[in-house]
Formats: sequence, C-alpha cells, structure tokens
Amino acid sequence: MTSVLDVVGVVKTYELEGLEVRALDGVDMAVHEGEMLAIMGPSGSGKSTLMHIIGLLDRPTTGTVTIEDQDVSNMSANELATVRNRRIGFVFQSFNLLARTTAMANVELPLVYAGVAASDRTKRASEALERVGLGDRLKHMPNQLSGGQQQRVAIARALVTAPSIVLADEPTGNLDSRSGVEVMDILQGLNREGITVVLVTHDDRVARHAQRIVHIRDGRIISEEQVEKRVDARAELEALRSGAVPEHVENVWVNGNSGVRPDSDDGAAR
Amino acid sequence: MNFVESFRIALRALNANKVRSALTMLGVIIGVAAVILLVAIGSGVQRDITGSIEGLGSNLLFALPGDFSEGGGPGGGGADIRKRFKMEDAETLRRRLPAGTVVVPVIQGQATLKYGNRTFRASVTGGNDQGDQVFNSTYNTGRHYNRGEYVSGERVLVLGDGPRQELFGGQNAVGRELTVNGQRFKVIGSIEAQGGSLTGDQDNAVYMPATTAQRLFGTSDLSSIILKAPEAEDVKAMKPQIEKILRPRFGDEFTVFTQEETLGLLTQILGTLTVMLAGIAGISLLVGGIGIMNIMLVSVSERTREIGIRKAVGARTYDIMSQFVIEAVVLSVTGGLVGIAIGWLGALALQSVVPTEITWWAVVIAFFFSAAVGVFFGVYPAWRASRLDPITALRYE
Repeated sequence: MTSVLDVVGVVKTYELEGLEVRALDGVDMAVHEGEMLAIMGPSGSGKSTLMHIIGLLDRPTTGTVTIEDQDVSNMSANELATVRNRRIGFVFQSFNLLARTTAMANVELPLVYAGVAASDRTKRASEALERVGLGDRLKHMPNQLSGGQQQRVAIARALVTAPSIVLADEPTGNLDSRSGVEVMDILQGLNREGITVVLVTHDDRVARHAQRIVHIRDGRIISEEQVEKRVDARAELEALRSGAVPEHVENVWVNGNSGVRPDSDDGAAR
Repeated sequence: MNFVESFRIALRALNANKVRSALTMLGVIIGVAAVILLVAIGSGVQRDITGSIEGLGSNLLFALPGDFSEGGGPGGGGADIRKRFKMEDAETLRRRLPAGTVVVPVIQGQATLKYGNRTFRASVTGGNDQGDQVFNSTYNTGRHYNRGEYVSGERVLVLGDGPRQELFGGQNAVGRELTVNGQRFKVIGSIEAQGGSLTGDQDNAVYMPATTAQRLFGTSDLSSIILKAPEAEDVKAMKPQIEKILRPRFGDEFTVFTQEETLGLLTQILGTLTVMLAGIAGISLLVGGIGIMNIMLVSVSERTREIGIRKAVGARTYDIMSQFVIEAVVLSVTGGLVGIAIGWLGALALQSVVPTEITWWAVVIAFFFSAAVGVFFGVYPAWRASRLDPITALRYE
C-alpha cells in the first residue's frame, strides 16, 4: 500500500519549568493513501502533539516526517507553510474560524494564500460549502452559525484546496451528539470519495468510524487495530431521524461524550 | 498572495475596529495638519515680507553705521556703533555718485502724536524731498514734503494709515494740525494702508523732513542713508563706489547692503524659521507614529489566534508581515490625507488673520512622511506577528 505520510522515529521533548517532558517517545507510523485512520489515546498521551507534527504545525525534536515522498524535516517555515497550504487540510476541535468573516471568506482563505484568482476562489469555496451542506449559508458569520455548522465550514476550508490529507483533531469534541454524527458523516463521505482522513480522538466511538485505529499512550504507539465493525455515520443519522435510536448507538455515543471531555475551547477565534 | 489581497484583508481588519482606527489616525492627522499649517504660515509670512521689500524696487542700497561683516545681521552690532552718519555724509554721496542717483538721509525714532484728546505712539521716519521714491508708500491724499520744506525743516508730516485711523477716525486729515511730542505739525498727506500686519511699522509710521526730525529728536545724527541707483543694473557697481566714498571717514565702521542682499538675508532667516516650525510639527507626527506602533502591537497580540489560523492554512511569513504593515500604512496614509485636508482648510481659514501660503513641498513631504511613519512603526509589530510559531499562536487564548 502506498503511504501518503510517513513518520519515522519521531521524538518530541518540551522543557517545562526545567524538567524535560517527552511528549512523543519514538513514534513510527504510516498513513496509507485513501484510508481513514484514527489516532486514539487518553488526554496527555501525546496524540495532539503527534497530530501537530503530522500537520507540519510543529517540528519533531528528532526523527523524520515524509509527506508524499518529500522529507519535510529540514524545511524552512515558509516552505512548510506552502506544504500545509497545498497538501494538508485541518479541522480543529475549536473550529478556528476567523471571526467577523463570512463562511465564504473563511473557506477562501487557503486559496488566497495559494494565489488563486478571486473568481476561481469564489467558485471553489461555494462548491466546498455546498459539499458540506451549507450552500445556503455562504454569507453567514461564524457567530450566526451553530457549532456543527461552524465545524462544517471548517471542513469545507480543509478540503477546498484538494489536499492529500485531511487532519481532524477531536472534530466532534465541542459538538452535541447529533452535530457530531453529522460531522463524522461528512468525513466518512470525503473518505469514500478517496480523500485520506486522519482523525485524532480520545473517544472510542468516534474512532470506530475509521478503518484503522492507532492507540497511543505516554508518547508511544502501543497497538494498532483494523476496525471490524465500522460505525456508519449515515446509518446513525437515519436512526436519529427516525427517532428509534439503536441501543448500541445511544450507549456508546453518550458514554463516550460523558467521559473525559477534552479541554474545551470556546469556538471561533476572536 | 498578492498586494490587493493584503490590502483587502487590512481594510477589513481596520473596518472591524472603527473607533480604534480613527483614534490611532488622530495622532497622524494632527501631526500632518500641524506641519502643513505651520509651513503655510511660515511661507506666507515670508512671501509677505519679501513682497513688501521687493515693492520698494530692486535698485535700492542701504548704508548703515557699524560693521556687520561679523556677528550677524542688521541690528546685531548695534552696541558698538561709534560713529554715526551726518547730513554731510549724505551730501558727499549725492555729490560724488553719478547723476540721477537718489540719496535719502534717514532718521528714525518714536514720537507721541496728539490730536484733540487722542494720542498715538508712532514711528517717525525722516527723509528728504525724494524720500517718497524709496519709502514704500502710495499717497492716498495730499503730497510728500517738498524741497523747500525739507531745507527749512518745516513742521509738516505725512500720516500712515494707522495714526490716521486712530486720530482722525479715518477722515481726511490733510490740512489739520496736531502735535508731535508737544510741537505743532501740519498734516500735508496721508498714505494708503499697506496691509500685511507683520511689516506693520509702515502703517504705524509718520513721515517728515529729516531736518525736522533731527530737531524733534535733538540730534544731528542720521539712522541710515538709503540710495536708489538710476537703473537696477547699476546697483552692483555702486556698492563699492559708496564704500570708497565713506571709507576715509568711517574706516570699516559702516555697512552697505543692496536690496538683494537684504532680501537674501531675510529669506534665509524666515526660511530657517519655517523649517523650525515644521520640525516642531514633525515631532507631533512622530508621536502619532508611536501611537500607531502601540496600536499595532496591541492588535498583533489580540489577533494571535487569527495569525495562527492563517499560518495553519498556509500563510507565509511574508503574508502575515505584509498584512500588518499594510494595515499600519493604511492607517497612517489615511490619517495623512485627512491631515492634509484639515491643514489646507485651516490655512485658508486663517488667511484673514495671518498671511498663509500652502506650499506643495510641505504637502508632499507631509504625505510621504506619514506613509514612512506607517512603514517604520508598522514593521516591528508586523515582524513580531510574522515570526509567531503557528502552534503557539493557535493555542493562544
């Protein structure tokens, strides 16, 4: 299987009040083309740090990251910015939309930095928003949208550049269950269309939407599993609509959400 | 990302904080308006003064007692004048200079004019019958004193506009009598208002024969001698001639200025003054610039999260940098344009009080200086913003 992204021997250490903290302690991992992968671990396991390194937002202390056979370890900040722009799409737990900026303008943002002409940008951004079901909300500001809608704007922004990978960091963490299912439905839909999706979560239920789960704890990958009974978000939505919530959905989802919530952020950036 | 995009982003950000943007601009507005206004006043005054001197004609020469070759301009060496001009010196000059040269012995002083129960403190200028050719004066009514009145030292005088207004309420004064330092004088003429209050002495002046003035002040000295060459091109040659005539009696203790030299000196002094005014105004522009830097720094830390988002989706250092620099420049240039408008209108409004002249170079300099202020004070905050680590910026609360 071709891998889109390879992480080899990645170590990340922080200095915290004179103490050295090892957030990642030698991680080897590959993301295969077209797969949907979940990185799962409890709070403090290093999964977010790994996510930031995969997303080229942060650099490893040692080790290499290769994206589509291109070693990014020694790239300058500007080169990394270009790779982020062209190959990676981000979905954050706290949405991270620009406040006082329309959904359209938010989705256009990566295209602006890619140097796409204005007319082309408008077309692509409205297509992306339509794809996440927000074709009628183009001119809305983030504060006029629900959390689920904001997250869908963020997904549109992530996929508007047609990236190699979409990275989603606790995408359902700040959402109610229904919106969470909707977001997972969109991510699964993208994956069906061939887009590689990497998901970071502490929630087993969310992780089971993926094909493969990598378990991380204390900065190391402890196990890897192929998901046998994948959760289908579309079926969940159907069930929610008909009112007959299947037992396993209710149990697992609610349990997952009522468990340790990831540190909640307060929505869009100011 | 191209410039137009950066520009649009900057405008959107400024629009989102209208009050703050306006207050930030205020510093630059005041600075630029002050520069334009003060320079306009400076050069207006300069134009006015040089204009009134040029009005005397360009073929004038002034002989003054005292050596001004070192230690500044006229008046600077007043203390060490040992030898003053007498009537004979004027007479000698008249005899030995080419025919057609006007030589006017001048005596100046202050005297109190009294008419009825009104008094006026005027500056008295004594000259001879040809004085009207060298004093910048246009006769309203009446006439200049004649040769006979000059020779016999009659107590006649010509009123400037100031004393005429004060003493006679603007009515025709010719033929009336008044007292000067207690002596009776007859008014034989009056002079039009000169305007340009900064050279106002002319309007406060009364003119009388030098002989009369000498008796009035109890002196046989002259203040200066003013000469008028027949043609403007004679002036250059005449200066050494005058010096040669005066040297045997005065050595180096006198100075001859041509009209041109006087004008040059004045222009220089006034020019320095204008630059000084502009400099003072420039300081306020600088303060305005620091205000911009302050606001930009606040804006950067306030929008750290935004910077993080932009970086995450692919903004390069240059993109962030240009966004903030353009914001600062838009602030300062807009402030500069408003400041120019206010300074311009202010200069027009003040024209009735002070002579003002809007100079294109002050406008251009003020505009570019304000733009430079934006770049200079915007670069540091922008640089701080651009080198933020994306992940640190995203985590910022």
